[in-house]
Amino acid sequence: MEHFTTHISAKTGWFDIDIQEIFRYKDLIFLFFKRNYTTRYKQTILGPLWLILNPLLTVTLYAFVFGNLAGLSGTDVPQFVFYLCSNSLWSFFSISLTNTSNTFTENAAIMGKVYFPRLVMPISSVLTGMLDLVIQLVMLVVVMIGYTISGVHFQTSVTLLAAPLLILQTALLALGCGIIIAALTTKYRDLAVLVGFGVHLWMYASPVVYTSALVPQKLLKLYMLNPMAPIMECWRNAVLGVGVFLWKYWAVSWVVTLVILFLGVMLFSRIEKTFMDTV
Amino acid sequence: MADLAIKIENLKKQYTLGAIGGQTLNAELQSWWARMHGREDPNTLIGQDTSNYGKKFWALKGIDLEISKGEAVGIIGANGAGKSTLLKILSRVTAPTSGDIWIDGRIASMLEVGTGFHGELTGRENIYMNGAILGMSRKEVDAKIESIIDFSECRDFIDTPVKRYSSGMYVKLAFAVSSHLDAEIMLMDEVLAVGDIKFQKKCLGRMGDEAQRGRTVLYVSHNMSTIRNLCTRCIVLQKGSMIYNGDVEEAIKVYTESNIQDMKTYYDFRNVKRVNDRIGVRCFIEDVTFLNKNSAIYANTEPIDMLIHWRTSEKMNLRFGVSVKYADGTAAGLAESTDVLLTDINKTYETKIRFDPGNLVPGFYTISVQPYYLTETRNSYTVDETSSMMIEIIDGKGPEYRIWARQYWGSIRLNDVHILE
Repeated sequence: MEHFTTHISAKTGWFDIDIQEIFRYKDLIFLFFKRNYTTRYKQTILGPLWLILNPLLTVTLYAFVFGNLAGLSGTDVPQFVFYLCSNSLWSFFSISLTNTSNTFTENAAIMGKVYFPRLVMPISSVLTGMLDLVIQLVMLVVVMIGYTISGVHFQTSVTLLAAPLLILQTALLALGCGIIIAALTTKYRDLAVLVGFGVHLWMYASPVVYTSALVPQKLLKLYMLNPMAPIMECWRNAVLGVGVFLWKYWAVSWVVTLVILFLGVMLFSRIEKTFMDTV
Repeated sequence: MADLAIKIENLKKQYTLGAIGGQTLNAELQSWWARMHGREDPNTLIGQDTSNYGKKFWALKGIDLEISKGEAVGIIGANGAGKSTLLKILSRVTAPTSGDIWIDGRIASMLEVGTGFHGELTGRENIYMNGAILGMSRKEVDAKIESIIDFSECRDFIDTPVKRYSSGMYVKLAFAVSSHLDAEIMLMDEVLAVGDIKFQKKCLGRMGDEAQRGRTVLYVSHNMSTIRNLCTRCIVLQKGSMIYNGDVEEAIKVYTESNIQDMKTYYDFRNVKRVNDRIGVRCFIEDVTFLNKNSAIYANTEPIDMLIHWRTSEKMNLRFGVSVKYADGTAAGLAESTDVLLTDINKTYETKIRFDPGNLVPGFYTISVQPYYLTETRNSYTVDETSSMMIEIIDGKGPEYRIWARQYWGSIRLNDVHILE
């Protein structure tokens, strides 16, 4: 049978993902990514301006409520910069997670008619979130330059080199969690409803609007099991130079991330072939 | 053996009957708990028939098939025979329960045109989108985009969002993309019924060209004439099994005959829902009996006599028409009537009608009785229509007439030609 190029069988392996094939469909990933953007702001007054306006409003609100009223930021960098920095990575995580978890149910119509590697969809969702992140990072750099000119000093150090790694890790974690939920939502739709709420809770369980210095010492070890907790702390240290870079916790967080991603891909490859029958 | 494009071995697909999942997790745990303890499931409706629940249903019961490169194979079968399941598995939308398929080459599946079209995107953007979903790279689309736009006949609107397209344009554009795929194997599920007649012809032509150029084509349809035009071989599926594999004409015969249960001579229409609510109101046919027959098999030299019980609710000049379709559903003809019956308000009738099938060539047909009246401008108004009744016509004309080849001459033998001088 060696001259046949494709073999379809009943077997659903536990780790049956064809990376090469996904790479062959890179054009499709890019087009889904483009589609997500071009359709998002069609027939809106401000159009892509929302990409800037949206985080701006969120960050201002955070700075006012959590920074000024509650006084949670607890560092010497300007609150606006603090929250802009935290929000950039967190919103990337939450958008990617939510979008990924909806992929199966939202695209069932396409998936029921044509074959393409199913992982293309979640990957393009994460890429979509990536653009939001890039825009926020540009904003952050502009704001930081502005503050530097006006005399505020940021103690950014060599840990900045870890920033791309942190972004990658966040992407992988969002992808992992997202596809686990996506795999389960093919059977139980209410999980999709829970995601919005869950992500919100997760935000308060991670040092996004506050720093982990506020967490009681004896709970800290448990707290840091949340993979996003060390990521957020390290992220702020890398970009703004505040807090400490938690190397040990970061290593643990990588392990957790990889386990979740592995579980997700495993579950995904288990059901991707037949989910059309249950969705 | 010729070079194989597709080899299918003992392919099976099973679905579970009844609601799969679809309940809340809590309800499922409850049901599971009750089942484990031998109690009644608290989530079933009282009196609900659960004998089928969770029963397995084989949509495909072991298909073995080999298709060589360059063949155009038609797949026919009644609804639920497993045609679409087969195409779905071949196009990898879902996986088989057991069995193996080996495929050589890229597969382009056109189970539905326009998958992935997004209303907000322009025609051009959607061509790229749809192309990528179907497995074309950006470069391939770049190379073909002009030809795709020409084929779609939508050049003037190509930079307009497709949500502003008419449904015909939408489908034309979608077909244009899929037909430009460079796949070695094409799967098609009745997508040809798109656009106006001119465009349909163009599509058919294109499909024919593909087969000529050595593409392998699998085509699912209920339309026997396209199967005839396109396919070099045909398989017939019935309830998940392949009952015929071979010559197209023979396959169509097998298929039409497999549809025939028995030639009933009595049909009760009292509880049959009519196709729309405009008929069966002013006039209502209760039942039809084929007279003097054990089964509805007629020579084309004998008349078909039917006894009809019917009722009317108003006065009209009623006539009886009989419409005839060939067993595959293509219309064959319609018999009218010059005899008129003046009906009364709210009266029940028993009427004997005679229909002469002399022009029908041997084969299986479905007929339906249609009472109608004529308006002053010779428009007809049909007041009721029975569902199809199966009859078989056998050859009663002598050796003066030839053996009929339906695929060339249709199912009506017109009246004889006479030599006058």
